[in-house]
Amino acid sequence: MTILAIDTSNYPLGVALIEENQVLGEYITNLKKNHSVRIMPAIQTLMKDCERVPAQLTKVVVAKGPGSYTGVRIGVTIAKTMAWSLKVPLVGVSSLEIMAAGAGRYFDGYISPLIDARRGQVYTGLYEYQSGELTVVKEDRLVLSADWSVALKEVKKPILFVGNDLPLHRTMLEGTLGSQAVFAEITEHNPRPSELALLGKGKPGEDIHSFVPNYIRLAEAEAKWLEANGKILNG
Amino acid sequence: MKDQWIMGIETSCDETAVAIIKNGREIAANVVASQIESHKRFGGVVPEIASRHHVEQMTIVIEEALKEANITIPELDAIAVTEGPGLVGALLIGVNAAKALAFAHNIPLVPVHHIAGHIYANRLVTELTFPLLSLVVSGGHTELVYMKEQGHFEVIGETRDDAAGEAYDKVARTLKLPYPGGPHIDRLAQDGSDTLKLPRAWLEEGSYDFSFSGLKSAVINTVHNAEQRGEIIAPEDLAASFQESVIEVLVKKTLNATAEYKVKQVLLAGGVAANKGLRKALEEAFAHTPEIELVIPPINLCTDNAAMIGAAGSIMFDKGIRADLTLNANPGLDIELYN
Ligand SMILES: [Zn+2]
Repeated sequence: MTILAIDTSNYPLGVALIEENQVLGEYITNLKKNHSVRIMPAIQTLMKDCERVPAQLTKVVVAKGPGSYTGVRIGVTIAKTMAWSLKVPLVGVSSLEIMAAGAGRYFDGYISPLIDARRGQVYTGLYEYQSGELTVVKEDRLVLSADWSVALKEVKKPILFVGNDLPLHRTMLEGTLGSQAVFAEITEHNPRPSELALLGKGKPGEDIHSFVPNYIRLAEAEAKWLEANGKILNG
Repeated sequence: MKDQWIMGIETSCDETAVAIIKNGREIAANVVASQIESHKRFGGVVPEIASRHHVEQMTIVIEEALKEANITIPELDAIAVTEGPGLVGALLIGVNAAKALAFAHNIPLVPVHHIAGHIYANRLVTELTFPLLSLVVSGGHTELVYMKEQGHFEVIGETRDDAAGEAYDKVARTLKLPYPGGPHIDRLAQDGSDTLKLPRAWLEEGSYDFSFSGLKSAVINTVHNAEQRGEIIAPEDLAASFQESVIEVLVKKTLNATAEYKVKQVLLAGGVAANKGLRKALEEAFAHTPEIELVIPPINLCTDNAAMIGAAGSIMFDKGIRADLTLNANPGLDIELYN
């Protein structure tokens, strides 16, 4: 079993190779650089260093968003094309779930990974480890961080916030939640591609052809068109 | 000699296309998934929506092309992909799919210029003879390209503002015709006549450049002034007058360049090459010069497709042009880069 994991959904770029009981290698950067130029060479280098060839892959796992539309499409396109052409299963994992998986494994409480989505909004969700399994408490969503912090006040458990965009929302979250809010250290913020691989290991393969990113949002033109044409938006 | 098999991938605008080309000239498969219906209600191509569709279609179209050609990935000699120009988000899907295939199966990767592709659609019709001149007219491009040999491109004239196709779209909007407007104007023009005597943009003496923004404004002003006076201009006549102005300039400049560059062939290329008026005018213009062969590809090879990318890719492959895995989408790619 050799699993390749690919994440280009946000600024952190990640690649990992894992086998049965070990992480062979992983590569992460957190740079505002072009994923399209760097991701394939990163995959190539990692596989070469680990002395593995594409034909040995048994599964491809990809971060499916939310995040940058263009970024997530790069990873998803590569993962779909590799998985389909090598005839191996493809698994998509929430970009937020990867962040929660790494940072929150030994945390007693809920985990809220955050990705800034501009204008006071965040992509987030609520996760919790229950007997060693990461479970979804509140689905991934796009929400005003102000509204999110108010909603979280109700849950009565400590909440671990994780993500490189925390500084943009920390004051707001602390103001509403006080000591209920716990903030991860900077070393936890980049989603670990090995966590992505591990999450994908346990999930069933998707239909490769119809697999698409989870954008959460409609394309702007689409949303405007629906609004102008009196259609109801649900989300 | 062993046959050469090239896969072409094209996603520069709103068509997800994959083709398999045998020995540079034979179409073994040519699959195009068009998104035109998805963009119609927006009155034009919406880049984000185009990109989303490409992700949905990419592997489906690759699979269909391989099936149609009855060939497997390891049998391919190269994967040729449109590097640019085009919509960056759309190009990225084809480029990354091509890189993933090339890496996963250890197949050479060949970058192709979209316009080189349009020109090479002609090689799927007949063998090219050099030197030649190609008139490229599409939604984003209006160019005269001189070729002294295979895979060598020299732009001798290009538009300084709007592409001919853009002017068509804008005039179509003025006439409140549905998107895409070009074919509607062409059809209307068949029933009208050039009564309005709109301006022709010849630019300086000896220039092969084009300009269509003045013509576009003239159309808008003509309609506006007529409305103010309470007059109605027959849309057929407006379409015919506009089309006549565009075509006259295109054909005359092509003829002039043909004489100066002493070419053996003239190739029509690009989406606007589907225009009946333009085809007819070129045929008439070159009817009396039997020493120059005029080539006009069938319409399905004029609009965006991947067979043309495979055909151009075959020549680039023979020239030894390769891309590595850092290949990126390049929306402003220069056609002379790989000369
Ligand atoms: Zn084109």
